[in-house]
Amino acid sequence: MMPQSTFMISAVIRQGQMETLRALLRTMNEGVGHADPRNSLIPFGRFDRLHVARLVILEARTADEIKAYGLEPYAWRPTLVFLGDFDGERDSFLAELAGLAGPGLVKIFSCCEGFADNPGQLLQWLKEHDIRPKANYINWIGRTVRQVHEEDALHQSLAACLPGIIDAVGRENCRALRQKLLSHVELEKQAGRLSLTAPEPTPMGWKIRNLLHKLGIPLILLLVSPLFLLGSPIFFWRLRQLERSDPDFFIRPDRDHIQELSVQEDRDVSNQFNVFGDVKPGLFRLLTLKVLLLLLDYSARHVYNRGFLTRIRTIHFARWVLMDNNRRIYFASNYDGSHEAYMDDFINKVAWGLNLVFSNGVGYPPTRWLVKGGAEQEQKYKYTLRRHQLPSEVWYKAYPGLTAYDLSRNSRIRQGMEIRQESDAEIREWLSLI
Amino acid sequence: MKNPTDFDFHDLQALLRFGHGQLTESCFMLLNIADPAAAKEWLRRAPVSSAKAVSPIPTTALQIAFSVEGLRVLGVREEVLAGFSDEFIVGMTGDESRSRRLGDTGKNSPEYWQWGSDPSQVPHLVLLLYAQKDGMTAWRETIENDRFAAAFQLVRVLPTDDLEDIEPFGFTDGLSQPSIDWEARQSTDLHDCDRYSNRLAVGELVLGYPNEYGLYTTRPLIDPHEDESAALLPGAEDNPSLKDFGRNGSYLVIRQLHQDVPGFWQYVDREAGFVPAKREQLAASMVGRKRNGTPLGPFVAENIPGIAQNDPVNNFTYEDDPAGHKCPIGAHIRRANPRTGDFPPGVTGFISRFIKMFGFGQRRPDEDLIASSRFHRLLRRGRNYGPILPPEEAIKPDAPEAERGLQFVVLVANISRQFEFVQNAWLVGTAFGGVQHERDPLLGGREPLPDGGTADSFTRPDPAGPRQKSCQLPQFVTVGGGGYFFMPGLRALQYIAASSLTGSDKSS
Ligand code: HEM
Repeated sequence: MMPQSTFMISAVIRQGQMETLRALLRTMNEGVGHADPRNSLIPFGRFDRLHVARLVILEARTADEIKAYGLEPYAWRPTLVFLGDFDGERDSFLAELAGLAGPGLVKIFSCCEGFADNPGQLLQWLKEHDIRPKANYINWIGRTVRQVHEEDALHQSLAACLPGIIDAVGRENCRALRQKLLSHVELEKQAGRLSLTAPEPTPMGWKIRNLLHKLGIPLILLLVSPLFLLGSPIFFWRLRQLERSDPDFFIRPDRDHIQELSVQEDRDVSNQFNVFGDVKPGLFRLLTLKVLLLLLDYSARHVYNRGFLTRIRTIHFARWVLMDNNRRIYFASNYDGSHEAYMDDFINKVAWGLNLVFSNGVGYPPTRWLVKGGAEQEQKYKYTLRRHQLPSEVWYKAYPGLTAYDLSRNSRIRQGMEIRQESDAEIREWLSLI
Repeated sequence: MKNPTDFDFHDLQALLRFGHGQLTESCFMLLNIADPAAAKEWLRRAPVSSAKAVSPIPTTALQIAFSVEGLRVLGVREEVLAGFSDEFIVGMTGDESRSRRLGDTGKNSPEYWQWGSDPSQVPHLVLLLYAQKDGMTAWRETIENDRFAAAFQLVRVLPTDDLEDIEPFGFTDGLSQPSIDWEARQSTDLHDCDRYSNRLAVGELVLGYPNEYGLYTTRPLIDPHEDESAALLPGAEDNPSLKDFGRNGSYLVIRQLHQDVPGFWQYVDREAGFVPAKREQLAASMVGRKRNGTPLGPFVAENIPGIAQNDPVNNFTYEDDPAGHKCPIGAHIRRANPRTGDFPPGVTGFISRFIKMFGFGQRRPDEDLIASSRFHRLLRRGRNYGPILPPEEAIKPDAPEAERGLQFVVLVANISRQFEFVQNAWLVGTAFGGVQHERDPLLGGREPLPDGGTADSFTRPDPAGPRQKSCQLPQFVTVGGGGYFFMPGLRALQYIAASSLTGSDKSS
């Protein structure tokens, strides 16, 4: 199994370069905000390990909200972030990026601070500007782009030949149907029209690191748990104090802002989502957030790596990144369905989970005990998310038209083919997927 | 807990409580305001029907709703209008992104609509008139008096005909509706809604009351100190110092949906190999009910709040048919109301709830793909139009073409979460419940997806294994017009009629 990795190159945009940059990024698109896979700056389609990628200009549109805490907004200069999720090791991918999209990246990042001085050292510069997420979610660890494409082709090929086979042997005769389908696949493979590459061996280094992480984090938590237990009355006392006194926002997002966001939505079965805002002031909130992100990252890595994040099954990739000296948090995700449906899932299925993390952000609806309230306040919550949401200048997904559920169904079709299916019931179930 | 008689029915327009089923004649008039002062004068005296039950039941009824432009022309201040939802303010066609979400693209694009396509020219108001058989002419004369003639300009009368509860394709319609919880008997607490209930919080349909989240949907609230005429409005329950312009009002969504009846039956007939029984079967599985309204069960008998145990057509959910062997996942009524609770089946106690909450304990790979129904219900009040054409006639190649269809009307308190969500995520969504390459078999558009993938099939899961697939469905339903309107409470209507036209006074 080849696990995925992430990158996120972040650089402050040079004074006066904003419009040039926006115009440049627009040339990469074929629809509003949607990348042309063959664009000349970063030809995403040529990176056969790349799942999703985007370029976003992070602006502090909601910076003023912190005034409600009696603080002056922290200065923030608009920043370009270029992020993506891919199969394999980070270093080799960044090298590939610099290799295949060097001139384009130079052009783009020339609009940013500190780049013009050393365009010759692109790769080095990319590495220096790469920010790691504090928590990262991958729908299915180890499902590669190649696997996605191969399994989709398999499904399509099976679906195309099934009707003919049904005409020949009848729909009741499931064993004969399966047999014919299997021979069809064999022939297609021999003809070179289908391939089903076996998974690569899991890199040893990753295995070790993963195991250490898997055991290490609980161990550390176990060690500090007496401390936490002792401190918990104070923690919860302070938490409730803050939760009661935090300012409550009920600001309706600007209609133009919503329009800017929605023009790029619902063009594919999946959408991109960015939210960016301030972390609530004070060490208490920051530490709480850091611990929760650590737990989130842990559970995403070791528990929720097989198609679902608690009850949510529509997220392909998501990340939580702390920026600007931990003063701001950036969340980016790729999800299936409409924005309204995504919000609906958040509110009705995992309000508690969202509250845990996002209630530490400025502008979030008030929570109780970190998990109650918050996103359960539907309208307030939807306003907050929209207000803090930012458009993507460019967004790329390597498999348009496919939802996370489609991907898992395609994998099930392949698995069903590769194993021996004993009972008729199993075979019928498999046939029903095609 | 409130008493049913406590509800403020006399301030509520009747349509929120009654479908006026006995009033078989109807007439939906789209109007523009020619003279605002005269219009207000007329509105002040308009015999608008309230939801107060009277006996004998009235022989006529009148309901009124306004577009945002209509309210503006009547002098409702911008600050007040700003309290309405964005969908209402922008309108059904004001934003290309909304059209895309609603599936108003291709043949459905607003540019082809007969009315409502230009957001700046959405009719100012819609009057819904109802009368007993042969009573409409007289009722229209009463309504369209001299003052009316001076006040309004008739933009269009949307045709309606009495098809006796059978919609033009030939299916019994109007069988399933939410049961409105006027007495607020049912808890909306997150812990009490694991299973499907047909009972719906008043606030999901009427503004000014708690909705299924136990919260008040955003609506215009007015400070009576700044606006004296607001004194006659009811107070806001959630903000007692303010007056509630939305209270007892609702959003009214209209879409004129043309139905190609011969096209539908001829396709189904061909697909069924010209075998009448198979034709009926396929058509029924597209709708999710047989033509006489019988559901496609038998489903396990349920105990569903808000549905009578002995109700032969509504006492069911799809819980014991997860794969769609009885009723396909993609059937119209299963899409339009999947009858899901907050949790997938199998939550029986604290522990199973806890396990499911974290996403574990899935019985099937396709479990929990569909949102909970209670946040996405619609109160349907549409009427049909066009000459009746029975399927046996419609399949003939020379079946008479005619304008047939549905004047689709729904009432909701939140257009985006209810109407737009159902239309987008459930009906025209190609990923609903894990279906592949299909939109609603009755009313979806059939254009391919932007990535080139097709979206024009309909599949019936089959216990034998392979799904029965119908391909290349033509488009059977085409949108011909539509708009978002606000149907005010009766005191709010008086407020509108009394508002001082200051906007226009100032400019003159
Ligand atoms: C011309 C277009 C349409 C036709 C021919 C049609 C037909 C039908 C029929 C025959 C039923 C079954 C009767 C019943 O359960 O009451 C039904 C139910 C329903 N339809 Fe439609 N419909 C159309 C458009 C729509 C649209 C546009 C929506 C929503 C946006 C919608 C939402 C519903 C809902 C919510 C139900 C009730 C489902 C339930 O509660 O089980 N329909 N429709």
